[in-house]
Amino acid sequence: MRTLLIALMFVHAMAVPCLAETFQERIGLCLTCRGENGQSDNVEVPSLGAEPAPFVLIQLYLFREKQRRVEPMTDAAKDLTDDDLRQFSDFIAKLPAPKPPQDGPDAARMERGRGLAQSYHCGFCHNPDFSGRDNVPRLAAQREDYLVKALREYKSNTRPGYDASMAEVTQPISDAEILDLAYFMARAQ
Amino acid sequence: MTLNASIGRRLLRAGTIAATFAAWPAVAQQPAPQPAAPAAAAPTGPAAAPPWAQGRPEAAIGVPLAPIAPPPIPTAADKLPIEKLKAPKGFKIELYAAGVGNARTLRQGDKGTVFVGSRLLDKVYAIVDRGGKREVKPIYSGLYRPNGLAFKDGVLYIAELSRISKVEKIEDNLDNPPKPVVIYDDLPKDEAHGWKFLTIGPDDKLYFEVGAPCNICMPSPAHAQIRRINLDGSGAEVVARGIRQIVGMDFSPITKQLYFTENSRDWLSEDIPEDKLNRLTQPGKDNFGYPYCHQGNIADQEFGWGHSCDEFTKPIALLGPHTAALGMRFYTGNTFPSEYRNAIFIARHGSWNRTKKIGGDIVVAKLSEDGTVKSIEPFITGFIENNNYVGRPADVEFVKDGSMLISDDFNGAVYRVTYSSTVGR
Repeated sequence: MRTLLIALMFVHAMAVPCLAETFQERIGLCLTCRGENGQSDNVEVPSLGAEPAPFVLIQLYLFREKQRRVEPMTDAAKDLTDDDLRQFSDFIAKLPAPKPPQDGPDAARMERGRGLAQSYHCGFCHNPDFSGRDNVPRLAAQREDYLVKALREYKSNTRPGYDASMAEVTQPISDAEILDLAYFMARAQ
Repeated sequence: MTLNASIGRRLLRAGTIAATFAAWPAVAQQPAPQPAAPAAAAPTGPAAAPPWAQGRPEAAIGVPLAPIAPPPIPTAADKLPIEKLKAPKGFKIELYAAGVGNARTLRQGDKGTVFVGSRLLDKVYAIVDRGGKREVKPIYSGLYRPNGLAFKDGVLYIAELSRISKVEKIEDNLDNPPKPVVIYDDLPKDEAHGWKFLTIGPDDKLYFEVGAPCNICMPSPAHAQIRRINLDGSGAEVVARGIRQIVGMDFSPITKQLYFTENSRDWLSEDIPEDKLNRLTQPGKDNFGYPYCHQGNIADQEFGWGHSCDEFTKPIALLGPHTAALGMRFYTGNTFPSEYRNAIFIARHGSWNRTKKIGGDIVVAKLSEDGTVKSIEPFITGFIENNNYVGRPADVEFVKDGSMLISDDFNGAVYRVTYSSTVGR
């Protein structure tokens, strides 16, 4: 039901762009789902604030070319020009970084997640503070449910990604570890 | 240029010593990068890092070295680095085609069409000459890492990550390309080193590699090998083992033996092991050493125990550490000066896991009559500027008009190299 609700929001948002003329109007529609301050309040919809522009550009490109199929986005991106992709990416990268939930994190679980992130070398590419760089996304304070979803998709090869790195790294990670990693990353500052 | 010249000298030495590895320490004493002290202990933890990061020393954490992803959108024609590329006197480099996103393997069809595969995108392109105007046409989308291409008798063969397909009469149907017909799919589906290079031997069989599904690990009996199949997909057999990953192969026009580039393991050190140029002399028997032995003379720290490098087939030349030697072709034409006849041109994609980038060029390996390497020299340089890539060569191909094409998967472009004794450069 929640998924349906979000899908409907996307459909609503996507039905309008042909009428919307300016960049501000078009990006405004994206932010309906994505959060005006770079922070998403919607289940399994990622926060995009401070994501590196090259990463966002790659994802928008993959949506447009249907290499990454997530229905609302595949449809939303299908008519975007290369310049649109660049403009959207640059704008999104400048949105403020999302903030972690203030829910008094479970210290033991945080420690477990931190240890896993170290063992799996997440910080090699995503930076030691998980802020991301270039084509590598920011993970810090990402929505926990989205991190779980993305990691499970990489592991099952249903989200192969741009290059093969994430599909590879997730192979040995258990589902229980995915939950702890996501819990930790979502609360990393 | 200094770097490239130094690489060239070093390669020359590497080529010379390939047959006698006792000479290796002499190489190490040169100003070129020194073999480092043994790397720190491999990372510990409950599980493995991604294959490209396996074996990465803990001390290296914090050094920003990660695979470099090219932008998905091809570079505009007027922004391409053609003016920065340098070639020997008499050679001219020009644009052949822009807008070929993630251009990788190049193959020319019987009627002159140039086919281009891709690795990060889902496309195979055809570059066609229509009334003097060159047109880039994506003929297939939705393929999965279609890096490998081969062409024979009107048929295009496409190697995706885990299947090989063919398309008959492709050049007669470029406006309405027929659906590729799968001929072989008994292949692992690993992402790591899963993309394929494809070539056709003088025996009319398709040759391709199944890479190791990791940086360094004990591969299954189905991995780390070269296989060949008949053109209809039947008769699969393994012709070589102990190979980490290949992204370039070609058959000698003289000896008909298979030569191939091999990318060696990462994270041993900045300067070792080097990538290899190998030659298959005993199909079905040769084992090139992975994961036990690297560059013909370094036992692996983990898997090398109890083994000697002498158990394995040695490389015939070393191609530099982490240089990512990819596509290669023998030159059999007659438009280049005769010194290049039957030499091997090799595209070195360039390093990512090395502080000072190396590679990013086309080198030429000249062979002796017995098929061993006489020298390796830089041919096209200039893809690295201030320790950054302005482009990354992925494959070379010689086409009917006597020119050499180079694919650049970073910029999504194809360049053309021609020779004229009257052109100075």
